[in-house]
Amino acid sequence: MRMNVLSTTQNSPEPAPSLLELIPLEVVSLVKRFGPVTALDGVSLEVRGGECLGLLGPNGAGKSTLIRGIVGRVLPDAGSVAVFGAPASSLEARAALGWVPQELALYPRLTCRENLAAFGRYHGLSGDQLKESVAWCLGWATLTDRAGELAKNLSGGMKRRLNMAAGIIHRPRIVLLDEPTVGVDPQSRNRIFEMIEALRGEGAAIIYTTHYMEEAERLCDRVAIIDHGRIIAQGSNDELVRSAFAQRSQVLAHFAGPPGEIGAWVERHAGRQVDGVAEFTLEDSTLIAGLLADAARSGLELLDVTLRRPNLESVFLHLTGRELRD
Amino acid sequence: MIIPIVRTAIVSLRRDRAALALSFLLPIAFFSIFAAIFGGQRDSTPKVSVILVDEDHSPASADLVSGLLREDSLVVMTRPKPQGRNAAPLPEYTAATAEAAVKAGDAPVALIIPKGFGEHPISFGGTQDAPAIQLLNDSSDQIAPQMVAGLLQKVGMTALAPAMAEEGMKYTEKYLGQFTPEQRKQMESNLDWLRQHEKESATTGNATANGGPIAVHSRAVVGQDKRSPMISFYAAATGVMFLLFTASASAGALLDEAECGTLDRVLSSRVTMTTLLMGKLIYNTLLAFTQLTIMFLWASAVFKLDLFTHIPGFVVMGLCTAFAVAAFGMLLASICRTRAQLGALSTLLILTMSAVGGSMFPRFLMPEAMQKAGLFTLNAWAIDGFTKVFWRDLPVRELWPQVSVLLVAGIVLFVIARRIARRWEFA
Repeated sequence: MRMNVLSTTQNSPEPAPSLLELIPLEVVSLVKRFGPVTALDGVSLEVRGGECLGLLGPNGAGKSTLIRGIVGRVLPDAGSVAVFGAPASSLEARAALGWVPQELALYPRLTCRENLAAFGRYHGLSGDQLKESVAWCLGWATLTDRAGELAKNLSGGMKRRLNMAAGIIHRPRIVLLDEPTVGVDPQSRNRIFEMIEALRGEGAAIIYTTHYMEEAERLCDRVAIIDHGRIIAQGSNDELVRSAFAQRSQVLAHFAGPPGEIGAWVERHAGRQVDGVAEFTLEDSTLIAGLLADAARSGLELLDVTLRRPNLESVFLHLTGRELRD
Repeated sequence: MIIPIVRTAIVSLRRDRAALALSFLLPIAFFSIFAAIFGGQRDSTPKVSVILVDEDHSPASADLVSGLLREDSLVVMTRPKPQGRNAAPLPEYTAATAEAAVKAGDAPVALIIPKGFGEHPISFGGTQDAPAIQLLNDSSDQIAPQMVAGLLQKVGMTALAPAMAEEGMKYTEKYLGQFTPEQRKQMESNLDWLRQHEKESATTGNATANGGPIAVHSRAVVGQDKRSPMISFYAAATGVMFLLFTASASAGALLDEAECGTLDRVLSSRVTMTTLLMGKLIYNTLLAFTQLTIMFLWASAVFKLDLFTHIPGFVVMGLCTAFAVAAFGMLLASICRTRAQLGALSTLLILTMSAVGGSMFPRFLMPEAMQKAGLFTLNAWAIDGFTKVFWRDLPVRELWPQVSVLLVAGIVLFVIARRIARRWEFA
């Protein structure tokens, strides 16, 4: 049984391990069912200090349920969550965890400063410590000049940033970000990325859920691909691509010609058609010449062709047979 | 374009089945409740409680007492009810204890048959010699004394027939035949006395009923010096009803928080569900108390309610009432899944409680069964408490039944709300 070292254990026969020796977050075989639906099916993962783990999966894959299970808002049917060794629902875990929910969970009729102060108090902050934290969070979210603005009057991007700031007001060592960029413009998205990078730079362990491959590639040291409540692959971006595709490349080609001829050509080269674009995986990029020559022999007219290295989206497609955004 | 709007609204209502059911049940429920209260159902005529003290113990007074006891529309009490089921019967009321009982609200009317009544039980037009029956009343109930006075005369006509005949003979001997100067002088004297007495009755409000065979002297023992009768009653009655609405609406913020996600976020911090609900309960209690205070201050400023001499009683009753209604609101919010459900359920329950509990119509005018049903509402206990404070001028210690019931009800409602709120704690 894992010892809870965040609480004082004076009679312990052995010295308690320091926080640095403990894994910040450890999820073991987590199972959660909602009636006939299995939302989490034996999920296990670890996150270390200063690491950003991306949870990549389509909508309904179980990302938010996993996050809610980690913060103790979902009671698992099986498995465990340990936060620096403490159970998820313990006070120690709550103090160590910062949760940024997918929905905007703010008090619309309070100002930015009042919202942050309220959530700070809920986490036990008071006095100068609370003031300092509020000021830091306003700066982190670049909302200092809007501190007195009512939350309901902020733009979508500002609300998202305030939502994030409210999740880290107590300066947690583990931050769980549940699709924090949903519905924001590219400029605000970049600002949010900078905020997350700043957090990671301060040593926080981060879990970042998204169904945008580009976000996972930019922000995450490691990525766990989740589908139907199961982690189907875990590793760094390169590791995942290499394990799925080795040195293979992808070709995307757009042809004009009789549909039957195009279909036969795609089938001959073990490809597939998505939205009128033919996709192929080649063991070697030099094989593209033969592919195009066969198309010409079949009387197909080449409109455009792209050669690309596989990415996380390709990995997801390779592992599940479905698009990430299905 | 209109039809799609109508269709969307219908589909939305159909999805919230509880709100759908309540929107159709609500009018039926109200109709039934109001029909029961105001519709004059069979065997539900309100009875008037009257305390009866016979100081005379003459055959005439005994006849009168037995005649009153036979009246179906009166509940005649000659002695206080014993405290326990097996307790020994208490001594009969005296004039003093009967007056105290009316002041305490045990009955709206007391009749005192004075010593010497039997010598001249009938007083056609009133006599200076015959002592009048004392009718002590609580002026908050305008109907009961009128009803008792009328029934007293009726009983006089029916139960005292021999006395009436005997008295008639006396009058004949006294007033018929030749009028001697002496007789004329006595008649004039009687007429003068009558005229003078009528004038006095008109100015003092204390009345002697001269229209019937029995002389009755009425005296209000509660509320006689109040500047604005019934204001305290209506301040409490309407105040409690609106407090209930405010409390349920305010508690509905929980539903908003659950919907917008702040509840989840709060519960992921150090705040537990019990802490959260207790915080909301305290806030809603203070909000309700503030609302009540403003209402009573307004009543004091505009309607001359004597608030400032009743501050301790007001604070005690106000806080207990506010606590109970706040807990009631929390329970409603925890039961409902949506604001629409809360709106329908709170309207149904609050208006029902207000109707039965006396916020819309004084309970003492309701059928007896309805008066008893009112005791299951917060309104009735709160109104009774405020009436004790402002109408009967009773000290704070006399509020213990109302305070106890409201506090216990508040605690029980909150505990139930806490249990139901478990659904928000974890998925």
